[in-house]
Amino acid sequence: MGSNSYLSLAVFFFVALAFGLGPLALAWVWAQVFSPKKPNAVKNAIYECGLESKGDAWVQFRSAYYLYAIIFLIFDVEAIFLLPFAVAFTGLGAAACISMLIFVLLLVEGLAWAWAKGVLTWA
Amino acid sequence: MAVDEQLKIEMGKQGVIVTSLQELYNWGRRNSVWPMQFGLACCAIEMIATTMARYDMARFGAEVFRPSPRQADMMIISGTVTKKMAPQVVRLYNQMGEPKYVIAMGACAISGGPFKQGYNVLKGIDRYIPVDVHIPGCPPRPEALLQAFITLQKKIDGQVLTGEGRPRHLDAEAQSIFPVPEQGEHDLEPTSNKGLWTVPTIIR
Repeated sequence: MGSNSYLSLAVFFFVALAFGLGPLALAWVWAQVFSPKKPNAVKNAIYECGLESKGDAWVQFRSAYYLYAIIFLIFDVEAIFLLPFAVAFTGLGAAACISMLIFVLLLVEGLAWAWAKGVLTWA
Repeated sequence: MAVDEQLKIEMGKQGVIVTSLQELYNWGRRNSVWPMQFGLACCAIEMIATTMARYDMARFGAEVFRPSPRQADMMIISGTVTKKMAPQVVRLYNQMGEPKYVIAMGACAISGGPFKQGYNVLKGIDRYIPVDVHIPGCPPRPEALLQAFITLQKKIDGQVLTGEGRPRHLDAEAQSIFPVPEQGEHDLEPTSNKGLWTVPTIIR
């Protein structure tokens, strides 16, 4: 009986496959028989807002944008952790405060490093 | 090949539905004409009203306004076509996949309307692209747009799949590109596409 249960699975698989591919095949046959392909330069244009595209899409962006975004993350992460810390501040011990200071110092270190590298200077 | 209309009704009463490939094809097509989402001027407000709940264009299967010409079947020229805008409209029409239809909505779209004497107004979009249904009015009421759409549906229903007189999208020899005009020194160049529109002769 073991083989029979797998047989039903196989049948199910092929029916599912036919269910998906059948309409696609029908559409393909219909296109071949009835609708001739008529491509042209205007129709095949990539940009579709009505205007002609100018220049190349493969332009280079300044890496400074990327670096700014990365440095923004420092403040982003800092804010996420500082807010709950500030809310629970009165109930925290010295150990919690010191570990939070270390965490902030680590982030500041990253900022200081970027600053020293001259990333913040927009040239 | 076509089944006699009376016989079809008689068989329908007995619970037998007879159809042909062509009827099935046209039935599907006319009930899912997706318009392109763009408005040119004040007629566009009426077009928007037509799609909303009060007039409900969805009843006719044309509520899915597509933001891309690749997915649209119908272009509603809703308003004044300026000479600056005309090349964009023609380019968008060319980028639509066949079969495609055009409704010229309002006096401006069909002739330039009240701005006909203006130096920058195109005197009818049918100078550049083939228009299927013209609606007069300034602006036409939503009912008029629905009437135009129903007229278009009737037109689609009457199209044949093969033989002479079959629509452009089924004919390999038929014209497929409608040249996009360019801004010339004084006017768009060319001032109209060949074969679509001829300069009317003025009889004095």
